[in-house]
Amino acid sequence: MSYNKPLPKVDTLTKPFWDAAREGRLVVQHCTACGDVHFPPGPVCPHCLSSDQDWQTVSGSGTLEGWVDFHRAYWDGFKDSLPYRCCLVKLAEGPVLVSNLVGEAEPKFGAAVKVVFEAVTDDVTLPKFVVDG
Amino acid sequence: MTDLKDLSDKIAVIGVGNTKYGNFPHIDEYGLAAQAFRSALDDSGLEKSKVDGMLVCRIPSYARMGEVLGINPRWSLTLPPHGRMSAMGIVEAATAIAAGHADYVALMYANIGRSRRVNYGGDESPGTWDPWGFTSPGAAHAMMFRRHMEKFGTTTRQLAEVSVAVRYHACLNPDAVMRNPITIEDHESARFITAPLRLLDYCLINDGAVCLILTSAERARDFKKPPVLISGFGGQETFSPSSIANFDMDFWHPAVKASGEQARGMAGVTHDDIDALMCYDNFSPTVLFSLEGLGFCPQGEAGRFVEGGTLSLGGKLPTNTDGGHLSNSYMQGWGLNVEAVRQLRGECGARQVPDCEVVQYVQATPCTRSIIYTRG
Repeated sequence: MSYNKPLPKVDTLTKPFWDAAREGRLVVQHCTACGDVHFPPGPVCPHCLSSDQDWQTVSGSGTLEGWVDFHRAYWDGFKDSLPYRCCLVKLAEGPVLVSNLVGEAEPKFGAAVKVVFEAVTDDVTLPKFVVDG
Repeated sequence: MTDLKDLSDKIAVIGVGNTKYGNFPHIDEYGLAAQAFRSALDDSGLEKSKVDGMLVCRIPSYARMGEVLGINPRWSLTLPPHGRMSAMGIVEAATAIAAGHADYVALMYANIGRSRRVNYGGDESPGTWDPWGFTSPGAAHAMMFRRHMEKFGTTTRQLAEVSVAVRYHACLNPDAVMRNPITIEDHESARFITAPLRLLDYCLINDGAVCLILTSAERARDFKKPPVLISGFGGQETFSPSSIANFDMDFWHPAVKASGEQARGMAGVTHDDIDALMCYDNFSPTVLFSLEGLGFCPQGEAGRFVEGGTLSLGGKLPTNTDGGHLSNSYMQGWGLNVEAVRQLRGECGARQVPDCEVVQYVQATPCTRSIIYTRG
């Protein structure tokens, strides 16, 4: 059966993120002028407004800052996955991401989490998180 | 330049109106807004020809709205259909009147989301986190409430106090959509939508429209009903992180605090003066966040603060006396501002707050605003 959950809308700004994920790397946008790291990416650094931005591979480690369980499917593709868990992760490097918390471990606020990669199609790999240890 | 404090008590609401609330597939935004406009004109006694300012929100075309109503104002403004524009619009209209752009501004809001089956998530509102299935304002509030539970020990039974109090008020409001009483146990056994939030933590989606008419306090003396004064207002935006829509790591606490302080300072009132609170309640946790930000209790203690009926009529701080978004009508803040006016006029019948002299409105959102209304 083909994958029927929503896929990312890849554009010039976000392509490096999805390319890296396919290679098993988690990256965030990095300002070469002031060193600020941020995600999602923007056309200029939100700190110093420089246009000189590249991407930095991060450790993939972070802390669990929250989680929710969806009992309603806003897309048909999620109907068979209900309930599914989304989480909020603060990366060790600073940026905050929304993702899925996978694995059997009970979530605990502030717990250490680490990234795992799930290839959902030939082109798209989603970074997800598991409780670390 | 004008000091905002100089605008305290200078602008008044002279007319309010609303349609019935429900499911109206055979009428559009213009038809609903026209009904509310007619009703607000009638409420004030103002002649249509005097309206020289128009502000519209969630109405597709301002020009068509003017055509429908047969008005060509000197000043108009259109706000996007977001549930945080009501107080922004009221403040903008007030300052426009103070600046001389218009003498009588009609502000209109209409929503047809119920009959057109709007659901506020999925492909209707595309976002950064769709591939992970994270969507809808309700999920963002669920995430914030999870954080509140974990950081401060707030419980879902405490959260239920919000829905129960607001529903109790709706039962006293003949116009409210939801009029069956609920208990904390009903809240706890309702189905999950996005856990930890359940059905009774979510606002309604219904059709309807609201209109307010503003003018200067000086002109306001000549109309049918006693004017209600805009005594204070304050605002603070929180635009990061906007990629997680309707979300703030710190529950908008700094913004609500700043807005509340500005509004109270401008109005010259303290917490003890507030007779009723009209609090944007798209989801029940927002009420807890607002109480903390406004300083009715310290951060982290809103769960305990609301226990035992604090927010109910007869309690310490009657809140959303019309039934709010949770149980009266999803008019995205506009209805709550109308309720503030009606409470100060003493028009609220069974749900009237006795001796109501000062009402505070607040919206804890990425565009946080608070307004303090007083009797003219």
